[in-house]
Amino acid sequence: MSEYLVNLKINNIPVSVKEGTTILDAAKKLNFNVPTLCNHPDLSVAGNCRVCVVEVKGARLLAASCATPVSEGMEVLTNSEKVRTARKHVIELLLSEHNADCTKCFKNGHCELQDLASEYRIGDHVFIDLVKAKDKIADISSPSISKDDSKCIRCQRCVRTCDELQSVSALAVVKKGDHQKISTFMNKPLHEVVCTNCGQCINRCPTGALTERTYIEEVWKAINDPLKHVVVQTAPAVRIGLGEDLGYDPGERVTGKMVAALKHIGFDSVLDTDFTADLTIMEEGTELLTRLKKALVDGEKVALPMMTSCSPGWIKFQEHMFPDLLDNLSTCKSPQQMFGALAKTYYAKKKGIDPKNMVSVSIMPCTAKKFECGRPEMRDSGYQDVDYVLTTRELAMMVKQAGINFMKLEDEHYDSIMGNSTGAAVIFGATGGVMEAALRTAYEIVTGREVPFTNLNIMPLRGFEGVKEAKVMIKDVKPEWSFLEGAELSVAIAHGLHNANTLMKAVREGKANYHFIEVMGCPGGCLGGGGQPIPTSPEIRSKRAEAIYGEDEGLPLRKSHENPEVIQIYKDFLGEPLGHKSHDLLHTHYKPRIRY
Amino acid sequence: MSNIETLIKTLVEKHGKTRNSLMPVLQGIVKEEHFLSEEAMIAVAKELDLSAADVYGTASFYTFLDTVPRGKNIIRICKTISCHMKGKDEIIEALEDVLKIKVGETTHDKKFTLLTANCLGWCHKGPVMLVNDEVFPEINQQKAVEIIEGIAKASK
Repeated sequence: MSEYLVNLKINNIPVSVKEGTTILDAAKKLNFNVPTLCNHPDLSVAGNCRVCVVEVKGARLLAASCATPVSEGMEVLTNSEKVRTARKHVIELLLSEHNADCTKCFKNGHCELQDLASEYRIGDHVFIDLVKAKDKIADISSPSISKDDSKCIRCQRCVRTCDELQSVSALAVVKKGDHQKISTFMNKPLHEVVCTNCGQCINRCPTGALTERTYIEEVWKAINDPLKHVVVQTAPAVRIGLGEDLGYDPGERVTGKMVAALKHIGFDSVLDTDFTADLTIMEEGTELLTRLKKALVDGEKVALPMMTSCSPGWIKFQEHMFPDLLDNLSTCKSPQQMFGALAKTYYAKKKGIDPKNMVSVSIMPCTAKKFECGRPEMRDSGYQDVDYVLTTRELAMMVKQAGINFMKLEDEHYDSIMGNSTGAAVIFGATGGVMEAALRTAYEIVTGREVPFTNLNIMPLRGFEGVKEAKVMIKDVKPEWSFLEGAELSVAIAHGLHNANTLMKAVREGKANYHFIEVMGCPGGCLGGGGQPIPTSPEIRSKRAEAIYGEDEGLPLRKSHENPEVIQIYKDFLGEPLGHKSHDLLHTHYKPRIRY
Repeated sequence: MSNIETLIKTLVEKHGKTRNSLMPVLQGIVKEEHFLSEEAMIAVAKELDLSAADVYGTASFYTFLDTVPRGKNIIRICKTISCHMKGKDEIIEALEDVLKIKVGETTHDKKFTLLTANCLGWCHKGPVMLVNDEVFPEINQQKAVEIIEGIAKASK
C-alpha cells in the first residue's frame, strides 16, 4: 500500500487514509459499522454478498465498500435511507434462499446472517424462494465437519479459506445461477475427498452451513451413566480461547475456571493434554536425537528433516499431498492420542478401573481431532483410545447447558494422575511452541545447560510469520553426545497449510536443509484452530498468543523433562523414551492417501 | 498411459502448464471426447497441479463444457423468450419424435444429444438451433428434421 494519503468524507466527517484503503476500512477508522458477510480479515476481497454497499456521491450505483478503494474528495454515506433499503433487500434475498430453521441450528445466536436479519427487522418473505433450500440434505459423512447447503449463502469464504490459507481446495464453487453451490469434486461426500478436517472453513462461515459434527449429547449420556468413569483432557489452546464464548474478551486465560466448570459438569476426572504434550517432547526429542545420531555417527540413511506430528489436519494433508515424505514425520502420536492410549492403560491400572467402563473425552481447539480419534491406528489400549472429541465451542455450550455462571467460578486444579504439566506444554498451542518446548529439553539433555535465551523464551521461534527459521549452535556437549559438538541445529516452523505446502515443496526439491520442522495445520497454530471460538482474525489470534506465553511464564516448571508426573510414568510404566512400551502405546504410522 | 491421458499431455504441452491453460485444455478435451469424464478432470488437475474440485468447478460453470457423456453431435434449441414465442416448443417436439429421445438425452447410437440453451443472440432470426458449432436460424419443424437427417446420413 502506498504512503500517499487520500482525503475523503464519510458521513460528512473528513478522514485521511492511505491510498488503496477500501471504503470499508476507512469507515472502520471512524468507528462506523458497515455490515459484511463475504468479507473477512484473513481472506482476499470477493465483493459478492453486497451487504456492505454504501452511497458514493456522484456515482450512479451503490458501491460495495469492501471492494472499492477510496479516492480523493470522495463523499460517502454508509447509512443513508437508500443504503439501508438496499441492504435490507440484499438480506431479504439471501434469506429467501436460506433455511432459517434458526432454533434447530448449531450456530443459533452466533450467526452473522441472523444478526443482520435481526438488526434490519426482516419480516415475512417478500421474495419468492427460487432455490428450494429445504430440499437440500446436509453432508454428515465427515466425522469432523457438517456441511448443510440449505444454509449456505454462497459468500465463498470457505472456498477462499480452503484455497488461500490451506492450499487444499477441497471446496469449490460449482455450476452457476440458481444451480450454483459450494461443493467438492463431482459433489462427492466430504469424507471421500482431500478435506483435511481442519475446520478453518467453519471458523469463517457466516451462517450454519459449515459446523462441527457435534457429540455433546453422547458426552452427556456418558456422564449421566453411573457405570461409566468419564475422564476428560483439555488441550493447551482451549484454556486461552474458551473465555471468548463465555463473556470474556480475547486473550483471557481461564484455566482454573475451565477446570472448575468441567468438574461441575460431572466428569469423573479432569486431566490435562498438557501432560502428554510434555511426554511428546520426551519421545519426540529423543526421536530427533536418535535420528541425528543414526545420520551422523552410524551413517544410516534416515529421513531428515524430521517433522512434528501433533496436528491431525497437517497429518492428513501430508498423507494426501506429500505421501513421499511420510517417513519424515515423527512417529509420535499427537498428545491427544498419547493421552487416550495411556488413560485406558496406565491411568486405569493405577486407579483400579476396568478400561471397558471408561469413556475418554477430549476438549480440543480442533475439528480434525474428531477424525483422528476414529483412525483405526488409534486403538492401542485395546479399546478406542479417545471416545469423543468436543471443540472449545461445544464445551462452552455444555457450560451454558449446565447452568454454570462461568465468570463467577472459583479457580480449581486439575486432578491427578496425568493432570500435571509445564509451561513447555502450554505453548504447544501457539505456532512455534512445540519447537520451543523441544529445544528447551533437547538442548539441556545434550549440553546439561539451559537453552541460551533470556528466561527460556526462544523469541526467534515466536510470531505469525508464515515460515520461520532458526539456528541453534550446540557447544560443550556432554560426553555421550560428542557427535553433536559444534553442530548447528537448523529448524523451521510453518503454520497454516498454505505455508506448510510451500515448505514441503522446498523439502521435496531438496532445497530445505533443516534438521527439524514444526508444522501446525491452522493459522497461528492450535490457538487459531478450527474448533476455537468464532470470530477469528489476526488481532484475535495475537491476543490468544499473548495469553499462551503469559500462561507459560506464570508456571513454576517450564521444561517438559522436569514434569514430575512425566518422570514418574517413565519410572513406573514406560521405562524409557522410545522404549518397548512407548513404541506400543505412543507411536504410530501413517498411510498414503490419494490427492485425486 | 490411457488415450485420455495422452490427449491431455498433448494439450498441456500446447497450451502450457499454468492455470490460464485450464480453459483451452478443457475445450480441447470436449472437442475430442464430447464431454469431460471424471478421469479426464482428474488427469487435468494432476497435469496443472490444481485441485480436482477446482477443475470441476470451472467445468461445471460452463454449459458448453459437459460433465456427463454426450453424443457426437450436440443439438441445442434456444429456449429464451423470442425463440419461445416463435415456436421452439414445436421444434423440440419434432426433434424428440424423430430422434426418439427427450431433451437432455442422447440417442442409443451416441450420434445425437438434444439440449436446450439460453439466448444464443439470434433473437431477430428465431427460432434458432445450434448443432455443434453451426447456427441454423429461422427454422421450422420440417427444416429442423431435414438438417438432423442430413447430418445423420453424412456421418453414416
